[in-house]
Amino acid sequence: MGKTIAITGNTAAALGAALSRPKVIAAYPITPQSSVVEYAASMIADGKLQSSMVQVESEHSAMSVVQGAAMAGARTFTATSAQGLALMYEPYFRMSTLRLPMVMAVAGREMTAPETIWSGHQDTISVRDAGWIQIYVENNQETLDMIIQGYKLAEHKDILIPVNVCYDGFYISHLYEGVNIPEQSEVDAFLPPYKQEHVILDPEKPMAVDPMTPGNLVMKYRKSHLDAMQRAFDVLDKIDQEFGDKFGRYYGGTVEKYKCDDADIVLVAMGAMSGTAKAAVDEKRAQGVKAGLLKIRMMRPFPNRQVAEVLADKKAYAVIDKNVVFGWPNGAVYMETKAALNQLGYRVASLPVVGGLGGADISLDHMINVIEKLEKMNKGDKEQECYWLED
Amino acid sequence: MKEIRFHGRGGQGVVKAAHLIVDSAVQEGKFAHFIPFFGVERKGSPVFGYGRISDEKIDLKTQVYKPHCVIVMDDTLLEAIPVFDGLREDGIFIINTAKTINELNLPKTVKTAALVDASAIAIDTIGRNIPNTAMLGAFVKATNWVSLEHVKKNTDLLFGGQNSVATQKAYDEVKIYDLQGGK
Repeated sequence: MGKTIAITGNTAAALGAALSRPKVIAAYPITPQSSVVEYAASMIADGKLQSSMVQVESEHSAMSVVQGAAMAGARTFTATSAQGLALMYEPYFRMSTLRLPMVMAVAGREMTAPETIWSGHQDTISVRDAGWIQIYVENNQETLDMIIQGYKLAEHKDILIPVNVCYDGFYISHLYEGVNIPEQSEVDAFLPPYKQEHVILDPEKPMAVDPMTPGNLVMKYRKSHLDAMQRAFDVLDKIDQEFGDKFGRYYGGTVEKYKCDDADIVLVAMGAMSGTAKAAVDEKRAQGVKAGLLKIRMMRPFPNRQVAEVLADKKAYAVIDKNVVFGWPNGAVYMETKAALNQLGYRVASLPVVGGLGGADISLDHMINVIEKLEKMNKGDKEQECYWLED
Repeated sequence: MKEIRFHGRGGQGVVKAAHLIVDSAVQEGKFAHFIPFFGVERKGSPVFGYGRISDEKIDLKTQVYKPHCVIVMDDTLLEAIPVFDGLREDGIFIINTAKTINELNLPKTVKTAALVDASAIAIDTIGRNIPNTAMLGAFVKATNWVSLEHVKKNTDLLFGGQNSVATQKAYDEVKIYDLQGGK
C-alpha cells in the first residue's frame, strides 16, 4: 500500500490535501507554512492536482475565497500560521458559524510580540473558541493522514464544521522523515467526493445566505453548533477506526493513550512534544516508574469524558502546554483538563507546565523532570504552581 | 539510535545534505529524521540542524544535545559557535577545512576527527563553493551509517551534475584521525 519516502511536514500537509482532491485552494505564504502553498502550486502547475489555485493578497482574502467556494459546494483547502491566522480571524469565525466544512492546516507558530517566527501553539489556542474543530498531530505521517480524515469529519452530515489540523511549526513543518503516501485510489475509496446539501450557491437559483438574524434564531444556531461539536467525538473515533482498518494506522481518535492503563502518573501533552513525552515515559518505565502519556489529539471540542476516564484514578498528572492563557498563570490544555475532571466530579493532584514557547526546545530532560516532580507528589495534593521549562 | 548535529552557514546546503542522509537511511529500511533550525534565515548566518538514524521508530522531537557525530561545514564557525558541546566520548567530529589536524587544535574531548577540504573539492567538481555533497562523502566514510551507493544515487537525483563525483572524491580523500589518548 502506497510507498514510503522522506518528506517534510509541510509536504505531508500539501500531499494530504492533494490526495483529498480539493476543488479550490487559496492560501497566502507565511513562515513556517510557506512550502505548503509552494508545493500545492507546483502540483497544480505540473498537472498532478486538478484544483483552482487562487492567488490572494492576504490571509483574510484566502479564507474569504475558500468560503465562497465552499458555499458553492466545493471541497477547499488552505493553510496558515500565527499572524496569518490572526489576520484571517473575521472570515475564520464566519466559516465555522456558516457550518461550511473544510480543512485548514496550521503550522503552529508563536504569536508576536516579541518578534518570533518559531514554533508554538499560541496561534491556534488563541482561536480555540471560534467554532472550528481543532486536532493536533505529532509527526509528518499523522499530519498527512489527519488532513484526509479531517475532510471526512468536517463533511459528515451530523457535523458540518471546518477542521484545523494543527502541526507544530519547524518541529513538524520542517521535520524531514519517512512517510507512507497512500495510493490515490485508496484515498478515493475512503473519502468520496463531497456533495453539499445544506447550502449551495447557484447562479441558476439565486438566494440570499446569512441575512440579518434575530437573537432568538442566533441562539438556535449556536445551540445546534455546540450539539454538532459534541457529536464530533464519536464521529472522529469511528473515522479513526475506519482509516486504521484501511491504511493500518490507528491514532486513537480524540486522544491517544500511551501506557496509561497501569500508570500511577500521567503526562498530558499535545502535538510534536508528545513524541518526546513517549520517550520520557519509556525511559522512566525502564527504571520501574509507572508513567504514561495521554496525548490530546482533539482540542476542540474538548474530549472531557475520554480525558477524565484516563486521569480519574491516577495519583497525579501534569499538563505540558506550549501556550499560555493570559487570564490564568498557566496554559490552556491544563485549564481544559482540570475542567473536564471537575465536570465529571473528580479531583486529582495536578501540575501545570508551560514550555516550548517561541521555538524553545522541550527536551527529553524536561519531560523526565516533569515525571520526577509528579513522582514526589501524593494523591490528594492540591494543585502545584506552574512549572516553566526553562534552560 | 545515532544522533547527529549539523553546523554550517546559510547557503552551504546543510539542510539538503541532511535530507540526503535521511533519504538514504529510509531507503535502507531504517528510521531517520532531521529537524533544521534556521536562525534568521540569511545567507551566511550560522545554521544548525539535528538528525537521527535508528533501527526503531523515532518519537523524539527535540534538538540533539549529546551527538554521536558533529558535522561542521565551515571552519570559521569554530570560533563563533560551541560546536563541540555534548559530543560523546565515542563521537565523530567531521569538518570541512583546508587546515591540518595540528592547525585546527581541537579540544581533547574530540577522540575521532575527519578532515576534508570539501570546499576545494566542490570548486573542483561542481565549480561552486557549496560543500554539502562533498561533506556527505566524508560523513559516509567516517560513520558508515548509510551506504555510499544510496547517498550518491540520491545526490544524483536531487542535484545531478558533478555532485556525486564530489561525494566520491571526499569519500576517497577524507583523513580520519584517531585521537585517543591525545595526538
